[in-house]
Amino acid sequence: MHTRPDAPRRPFLAGRHPLVARRLAPFVPHLLALRAHLDRWLFRVGRPEPAPIVLGQRRIFVMPTSAGLAFAGALLIMLIASINYNLSLGYALVFLLGGVAVASIVHAFRNLLHLSITPGRADPAFAGESASFRLVVSNRRRSRRPSLRLKARSTIAPFAIAAEDSADVLLALPTTQRGWMQLGRVHIETTYPLGLIRAWSVLVPDQRCLVYPAPEPMPPPLPESAARTLGQRSSGGGDDDFAGLRPHQAADSPRHVAWKILARGGPMLTKQFSGLDGGEVHLDWDALPATLGTEARLSRLAAWIVIAEQHGLAFSLALPHASVAVGRGSGHCANCLRRLALFGTGYAADA
Amino acid sequence: MREVRTPTPLQFGWLLAAVAATVAPHAIELSAWLVILCASLVAVRAALSWRRGEPPHQLVIVLIAIASGVGVKLEFGHFFGKDPGVALLAVLLCLKLLESRTTRDVRAAVLLTFFLQAGLFFDNQTPGIAALALAGTLLATTTLLSLEDDGARPAAQLRTGAVLLAQGLPFMLVLFVLFPRVQGPLWGLPADAYSGMTGLSDSMAPGSISQLGLSDAIAFRAEFDGVPPPPAQRYWRGPVLTRYDGRTWRPGLSVAATAPGYEPSGTGYSYRLTLEPHNQPWLLALDFPAANLPNARYTSDYRLLAEQPVRVRARFDLRSYPATAIGLTETAAALAEARRLPANVNPRTRELAREIAAGAPDHDAILVRTLERLRSIGLTYTLSPPLLGTHAVDEFLFDTRQGFCEHFASAFVFLMRAAGVPARVVTGYQGGEINPVDRSLVVRQSDAHAWAEVWLAGRGWIRVDPTALSAPARIESGLSAALPEWDALPLLRRPGLDWLRDLRHRWEALSNTWNQWVLGYNPDRQRELLERIGFSQPDWRTLAVLLGASATALMLLLFAWAFAQRRRYDPLDAAWARLSRKLARHGAARHPWEGPLEYGQRLSTAFPGQAEALRTITERYARLRYGADHADPHSVRELARSIRRLNLK
Repeated sequence: MHTRPDAPRRPFLAGRHPLVARRLAPFVPHLLALRAHLDRWLFRVGRPEPAPIVLGQRRIFVMPTSAGLAFAGALLIMLIASINYNLSLGYALVFLLGGVAVASIVHAFRNLLHLSITPGRADPAFAGESASFRLVVSNRRRSRRPSLRLKARSTIAPFAIAAEDSADVLLALPTTQRGWMQLGRVHIETTYPLGLIRAWSVLVPDQRCLVYPAPEPMPPPLPESAARTLGQRSSGGGDDDFAGLRPHQAADSPRHVAWKILARGGPMLTKQFSGLDGGEVHLDWDALPATLGTEARLSRLAAWIVIAEQHGLAFSLALPHASVAVGRGSGHCANCLRRLALFGTGYAADA
Repeated sequence: MREVRTPTPLQFGWLLAAVAATVAPHAIELSAWLVILCASLVAVRAALSWRRGEPPHQLVIVLIAIASGVGVKLEFGHFFGKDPGVALLAVLLCLKLLESRTTRDVRAAVLLTFFLQAGLFFDNQTPGIAALALAGTLLATTTLLSLEDDGARPAAQLRTGAVLLAQGLPFMLVLFVLFPRVQGPLWGLPADAYSGMTGLSDSMAPGSISQLGLSDAIAFRAEFDGVPPPPAQRYWRGPVLTRYDGRTWRPGLSVAATAPGYEPSGTGYSYRLTLEPHNQPWLLALDFPAANLPNARYTSDYRLLAEQPVRVRARFDLRSYPATAIGLTETAAALAEARRLPANVNPRTRELAREIAAGAPDHDAILVRTLERLRSIGLTYTLSPPLLGTHAVDEFLFDTRQGFCEHFASAFVFLMRAAGVPARVVTGYQGGEINPVDRSLVVRQSDAHAWAEVWLAGRGWIRVDPTALSAPARIESGLSAALPEWDALPLLRRPGLDWLRDLRHRWEALSNTWNQWVLGYNPDRQRELLERIGFSQPDWRTLAVLLGASATALMLLLFAWAFAQRRRYDPLDAAWARLSRKLARHGAARHPWEGPLEYGQRLSTAFPGQAEALRTITERYARLRYGADHADPHSVRELARSIRRLNLK
């Protein structure tokens, strides 16, 4: 299914006339509060809803679009002209177009009706990257559902669903903060069939994405214990340390599988890098300089974990009140990053 | 906020088709340069779309727009009014088409096509034009649709467009019938609003009626209750012309009253007159109407007038008495005016009149002698008489001897006046043709006629039709029978084209129905219709309630359609869902992740009394659903029945 993220949506005041923006500025908190109130009262938006979310008639809303208002204006002018010139067929044309517009309300409504939305995968992301939320939208009807859009915060993802099929829609949202990121409020909308009417529904899928701390951009070399075994060469990263190949073991990181050889029909081999075997790094919160704050410490640890993983090093992690024993591989790495992401957030990292 | 998108070639294709279908019917009334301009703009756009080229620079567009604005101004002299408006709109639409870059432009162009479709109806509201407009609307709707749903095939897009139109149609019917009608105009209309209406004028010069003789357009229709009067009595009265300046006849003085100045007598004929708009106040009633028409005025020269010029097709229920005697007592002033002649014209005719009048005992005798004399002259009736000079009557009677009804009437009245008898010219229509399809009498512009009235003491105004002297068939059988063979006649009036005439009769009966019920649907008709279905004294409130109720009913129907799932119905799924619903009432709904056997286990612990039945049901379901052999309908029905009978007390 075809999906693509779109241009970011504007914030509350952005894009409005400067004068308007200045006038509105004092009211923004009130307006936002009002919007939240409306959301709860009118759209019944609140806590995340259990999956699957099925769009019933009570939660689908319709409003004319700006094109629809222009259309209505044109019809009004034509009606006045018809009255003035006593054009019976003019009346007929205006009424026919009006009828078509009314029918298009039902078409728009029908295009959303009984769609069912289930949260899909949401792979962890580092803060600053975009988090990819996937929603599976299914159509049980034996007809197409064209021209649908999912909107979340600043992202619009247009899509369509074939008859009795489902679409896997990707919503890539920018991240800023480590921890659990809730997808939050999502709009599903359509302006099918004529672009005159917008039908939409607001939903809060129960979906969250784990955001790891942003890795420090230029981290210092790995701690002393590793440097001893690695030598100075590897600390900079990026040097070509390739040393040879050995048979694959289950615990090996997939990053080091010699895919090219496998693709040519060869055996599954693991690339070895010089001096990595037997390297063991202890990443310790308390060993970091005392001047660093909590987030800076987490960033540095995240960067080190990434480097250690890239080099296939075994590492352990020690945090206040928690520690992870020495290990290697993607599962271990994800576990450690997860502890960093949730550090101090109150969420259980084991969950 | 809608993102800016470039239309695809298919979307452009739809727009091109919609614009072409909308502008093409306008080609009839637009002038040649506009037609060529619009056609070339559309062609350039088509070529650009084909080669995926960029539209021309905006400066070029603006220059073309200004140039066509100047052209329209030169042609019409102004910008306001329907003709220059339609012309400008057509150019604007073609330019918009040419410069369209975004879907937003396409939307704007579609709105313009809707305006231009409405513009079609200014000049022509026939069923054919309605069909063309409908086709244009379908294409325009499909254009809008293709902007939203560009993934569908063209045929599917057209079908969805047609579905939308079909769903809009009931709303159109309801609104058309029930929307409170207002009789326009709402404000003063531009001067050209009523251009293009044909009909009699209020003066008569040689050639003015024969011009109408070539027009096949319908002047009015009359539907008689019962048998229509014989052709010789079908004189439909228009302007009465008393003043003569030697060339042109003009109306004399007449006084309008709310009741006619005569006592209707003789056989009466009731009929409904449907008058085509002719932008004049006279109603062309059959001689002589009784005083049964409200808001009408009766003049002292026996015409029936409306309060306003007739600018829309109008219907009147009338009753006429052809045998009524009129003008038994006429004012001296009126009689003096009916004897007045300009000096120094037609000396030969004056000489003839003196000769006729010499020795005649009374006016009756003069009339008889004049008619005899005219018959003996041997005049020929023709649609294309030779041109006449200053002494028109002289030349007609003594030199050319060929003329149309206006020549006959003019010459006769001149003769009578010169002999001292009060006389005047009456114009109007004579005859008409019964349409065998709907039995209505159709009177065309080519039935326009001029005759004379002579005032005789004791008898009043007597109708005399001098044309009948030379062409009696004109009165009995109509124009085509009376004209010599070589005369140019409208195609359908020529003899020998009976099948074509028959076809036209059918078509005209159809368009009469169309005119009466579609185009003529006005506030009066609306009230009439509502009263017929049982609403006494309907006002706008009745209409609003009816309209609201019907629109709601239609809307509910549409929503019912939206909810119709058209999904394959699986009885096994339905039975299984029923079980879960049933148990949900007892707090034991199936969890989404729970398989049938696990669920059965849980249920049998939760409801020990029914443990056996529940386990059987879940096991049978699992076997039917996941078993190797296909679930046969009989065992599915069996399962459904046992679930229905399950009693969890």
